[in-house]
Amino acid sequence: MKRTTAAAVSVALGSCLLAACGTDGGGGSDGGSVTLVTHQSFEVSKNVLDAFTEKSGLKVKVLRADDAGAAVNQAILSKGNPQGDVFFGVDNALLSKALDAGIFAPHKAEGLAEVPRQLQLDAGKNRVTPIDHGDVCVNYDRAYFEREKLAPPKTLDDLVKPEYKDMLVVQNAATSSPGLAFLLASVGAYGEDGWQDYWKKLKANGVAMVDGWEQAYNDRFTGSASGREKGDRPLVVSYASSPPAEVHYGGDKKPAKAPTGVSTGTCFRQIEFAGLLEGAKNPEGGKALLDFLVGEEFQKDLPLNMWVHPARADVELPEVFTRYGVEVEKPHVVAPEDIEANREQWVKQWASLMR
Amino acid sequence: MSSLTLRSVTVRLGGRAVLDSVDLDVAERETVCVLGPSGSGKSTLLRAVAGLQEIGAGEITLGGRDLAGVPVHRRGVGLMFQDHQLFPQRDVGRNVAFGLRMRGDGRAEAERRVAELLAMVGLPDAQRRAVGSLSGGEQQRVALARALAPSPALLMLDEPLGQLDRSLRERLVVELRQLFDELGTTVLAVTHDQGEAFALADRVLVMRDGRIAQSGTPPEVWQRPASAFVARFLGFDNVVPATVTGRAATTPWGTLPVPDGTPPGPATLLVRPAGVRLDADDVARPAPDDAAEGGRGLRCQVLARTFRGDHVVLALRPERGPDLEATVPLRGAPSPGEKVTVSFDAAETVRLPPED
Amino acid sequence: MASPPPGGRPGAGPDGARPSGRSAARRALAVRLGLMAVPVAFFALFFGYPVATIVGRGLREDGRWQFGRAAEVLTSPDTLDVLWFTVWQAAASTALTLLVALPGAYALARFDFPGKRLLRAVVTVPFVLPTVVVGSAFLALVGRGGVLDEAWGLRLDTSVWAILLAHVFFNYAVVVRTVGGLWGQLDPRQEEAARVLGAGRFTAWRRITLPALVPAVAAAALMVFLFTFTSFGVIQVLGGARYATLEVEIYRQTAQFLDLPTAAVLSLLQLAAVAAMLAVHAWTVRRRESALRLVAAEHAARRPRGVGQWAFLWSQLLVVAVLLVLPLAVLVERSLSAPGGYGLAFYRALAEQADASSAFVVPPLEAVGNSLAYAAVATLIAVAVGTLAAAALTRRAGPLVRGFDALLMLPLGVSAVTVGFGFLITLDKPPLDLRSSWILVPLAQALVGVPFVVRTMLPVLRAVDERLREAAAVLGASPWRAWREVDLPMVSRAGLIAAGFAFAVSLGEFGATVFIARPDSPTLPVAVARLLGRAGEYNYGMAMALSTILMLVCAGVLLLLERVRVNRSGEF
Repeated sequence: MKRTTAAAVSVALGSCLLAACGTDGGGGSDGGSVTLVTHQSFEVSKNVLDAFTEKSGLKVKVLRADDAGAAVNQAILSKGNPQGDVFFGVDNALLSKALDAGIFAPHKAEGLAEVPRQLQLDAGKNRVTPIDHGDVCVNYDRAYFEREKLAPPKTLDDLVKPEYKDMLVVQNAATSSPGLAFLLASVGAYGEDGWQDYWKKLKANGVAMVDGWEQAYNDRFTGSASGREKGDRPLVVSYASSPPAEVHYGGDKKPAKAPTGVSTGTCFRQIEFAGLLEGAKNPEGGKALLDFLVGEEFQKDLPLNMWVHPARADVELPEVFTRYGVEVEKPHVVAPEDIEANREQWVKQWASLMR
Repeated sequence: MSSLTLRSVTVRLGGRAVLDSVDLDVAERETVCVLGPSGSGKSTLLRAVAGLQEIGAGEITLGGRDLAGVPVHRRGVGLMFQDHQLFPQRDVGRNVAFGLRMRGDGRAEAERRVAELLAMVGLPDAQRRAVGSLSGGEQQRVALARALAPSPALLMLDEPLGQLDRSLRERLVVELRQLFDELGTTVLAVTHDQGEAFALADRVLVMRDGRIAQSGTPPEVWQRPASAFVARFLGFDNVVPATVTGRAATTPWGTLPVPDGTPPGPATLLVRPAGVRLDADDVARPAPDDAAEGGRGLRCQVLARTFRGDHVVLALRPERGPDLEATVPLRGAPSPGEKVTVSFDAAETVRLPPED
Repeated sequence: MASPPPGGRPGAGPDGARPSGRSAARRALAVRLGLMAVPVAFFALFFGYPVATIVGRGLREDGRWQFGRAAEVLTSPDTLDVLWFTVWQAAASTALTLLVALPGAYALARFDFPGKRLLRAVVTVPFVLPTVVVGSAFLALVGRGGVLDEAWGLRLDTSVWAILLAHVFFNYAVVVRTVGGLWGQLDPRQEEAARVLGAGRFTAWRRITLPALVPAVAAAALMVFLFTFTSFGVIQVLGGARYATLEVEIYRQTAQFLDLPTAAVLSLLQLAAVAAMLAVHAWTVRRRESALRLVAAEHAARRPRGVGQWAFLWSQLLVVAVLLVLPLAVLVERSLSAPGGYGLAFYRALAEQADASSAFVVPPLEAVGNSLAYAAVATLIAVAVGTLAAAALTRRAGPLVRGFDALLMLPLGVSAVTVGFGFLITLDKPPLDLRSSWILVPLAQALVGVPFVVRTMLPVLRAVDERLREAAAVLGASPWRAWREVDLPMVSRAGLIAAGFAFAVSLGEFGATVFIARPDSPTLPVAVARLLGRAGEYNYGMAMALSTILMLVCAGVLLLLERVRVNRSGEF
């Protein structure tokens, strides 16, 4: 009996110890570290991060949630008692929700002046700072269209034309970020009343739908390396930066043209913001980190790590972007407030359309 | 001095008294055998002493120490289970050494003791053998060695020889008896086999429905069963209701002679098989004495004949009354179907209290 | 244990008359409570509290109970559709998995053949691979242009069959391991005895072995049902927008829309369905568990004899090959098909990218190390908590303990996102501010691992003959010692199987892990997901290479466990 109790106690103690040594590593409350809460796609070069630590004396602890939507909602749930000091990764589709929830404290970051006005969706209040932007666009398999002697589609209108029947694969707008962005592009282009008709036409034209970007791009899209043999769709909803990425991660030989192209009239612009979390344990450190995120060094580092464009206009893009990428002049736009007000409704309607 | 004492021990299971105010004393170095049909509470008795069964009332002391509140593993008793319950994942040596390890004996000391015990039970050098490879008799020996290893103050055996074949059983009974004598162990065993009990025990206890029906030395119990129940349980079938008047008793078989001094009145009568005598057909009848006793000349048909080594047991169907059992010498035993006449011997007739 | 009824000697006080009974009963109760304390605390703190809090917050939005909202959600046809699909696909998947896996469990338990241990490890691999990876590999089998398509023109990716088959693929190991663990220890002589008595092979199996297996089969069925009932990844990857389970819906409502009231109602619906399922299971199994004759597994397995047995074994190997090995082989093939023909280019790239720029890209070896470290801690917690719980549940007991039994299974039946988000709003204050701590990851994994440990160990523990424990007690072993000396050796095999499961569950990053933000030490699945999420041939190739490594690590660890078991079996 005594031994039983002793064993039970020692197990309990053991787990407490485990728990305790866990908390030791965490926190971020001391002046020595600052915690960045973000999503899984956040990347930064080691030397860039080290440079920040060296300059500010702050060690950066990064907490990464699985996807951007979940990360934002988690930040909203833990409002007032945030997991960290700075949140990075709220995009324009989720911006209103985050701002309405009041999870961010204002901070006018150094270097904000270099960010173009059209990216500054919270200008004046400065609760969030734009960090990067990227466009979700239809990509096409260049080889396929050359082979078939067919001009690749340029606009959303093109996609419902009979010559592109059974060619496009999209993602589930309910669960996939590019899927939602493409839905928003249609809303931006055809308005609240017209987008459903457009999707009916798309469906009639044989659009395929899969769950996530991974399946769409890697399994179905004939333009990707893995889809070349197994894929059946020469058009896919992806990013404007996918062609440069294809080249960058395509091996050492650099082709004259990227294997894939971008239909620039099908795009929706995603702008990613960062903000100081209300109730941060290290607000000063958080401000320094925010300044760093809009700082030149990080902004320069951004494209090749996260495959997006830096928010700052004065930062030069890497060669692979300028040589193999495209500039999207006129992405489709939906105001963040409209997105927030209607998102759930749109997704529901979209899902029943696609069923 | 009494080693084990039970006073008014009662165990109730599901509202039924499995042990009903049982009193029992086992003296040091004594071997006591509890005998009873299944369900009589004899296994519960062992479990109560071992502490495996909570008792509802009463007191159990071992070597003068009250066992109330003493958990099983601190009672210092040995128990050999009915089906041995050897640990299947351990070899013979580790089974035997188990109790020694629990006691905290050193390895060398334990090994020495295991070897000694295995030699004693007739399985020298069996330490490395797997339990699964043992025969029933060997398992029994290992179980015994295991129970004996920690030198318990009291060794309890639950149907120790129950599952073994007859010849092995008879040999082991003798061996056990010798072993207990040598070791001076106090033993409490339970069995349903009276042969085993009588061969093993200094004293026999017969249990019925949670109560002790009789207690005594094997010859006492054998010769004077305390009740019809005990008599029947001991294997006596010639038990009938009777009314005693003087030196005779009226029974379904007729009038039978009873020993001198048998109290008159209603009773139950037991006639041992040896007391049922076959009258030779050619013997002149009636003999004057027997005529006076009135127990002469019951005519029977032989139903069956069973050889028991040096004698024969006959099953007889008398012209009146219940069937009879008789033992006769091998020579001249009648065959089934033959008609015989029997008479009864007062010396082999025992008066028992009337049945309820 | 029933306390003795009052009574006994006239004149003796009721207390004085039975001191030993009283204290023994009290002691037994104390032991059980002591054993249960740790698992109860664990589940209360890391499961009950977070789930109750997040559900409560949903139901009580703005300080008022949202019953109207609840009724609205419950009566909506969408909800009923989702509920119906969730239930029937789970039932169908469970039946199909049992149908396919039980013969396999038999073959692995009863036959001795070369490569058996490897096979046992291989069938567990699907269990640990990230769903996205396996979904894609599985599509290569049943999808367009897949193996079945090319051979027979058979395409299942558009039908619900793809989901059901994928569930079999994932859960095959659950049945083989849970049932096989016990089957391998059943004394074959009992079946032989029945056959001697004139029963045919099948009759003997049905009459003797099947009843003995019922608890284990029921346990496996329950786990498969719970897994498929709460299926998330498979449904997402293979079901697209057409099929949604409650789990998917809860995920969307919670993680995407933060519609906590709807999520809370759906969570409660899921919980109620799971609770009903657990009750049915408990009811079926309660009377079936009995002391079984267990023998060392080595004695029960033997080489197949005769054409029939060999044919049977081969048929099972074929099933495993087509259903489990083929999709895995596709992964390996893809990891090797580099731009310039087959080669190790992607593996080399993995090693090279390590010293490249990103702060979160670690060499594969380090990711392996992270994965193993997390899994080891999670397994340790799961085995410790699970073993204590199993020990407390071993002896037959009252309704309280049985309720606890069912409670342990709940984490398998509750939405991972609910747990993950629950963590976020409950484990947020000192001394338990674990949100940014690494321990949260193994804790979340252990939550899923514990039911495996308990479910695998309990049938074996309950099958241990009580009198063996009594024998040990009489020989001087305290209850704890008796448990260690009698139960533990017999259960160690099941325990290792359970540990393997907990480990696999952890390696594969099941459950709530996905939904908690974690500090920067990427594990293999996280690294795979990162690579898969990017365009470019090398990213895809490296993802396949890393998946292959994950697969090999898992198989290696499981093989090691199997070896440990064999080496030590002589000692027990």
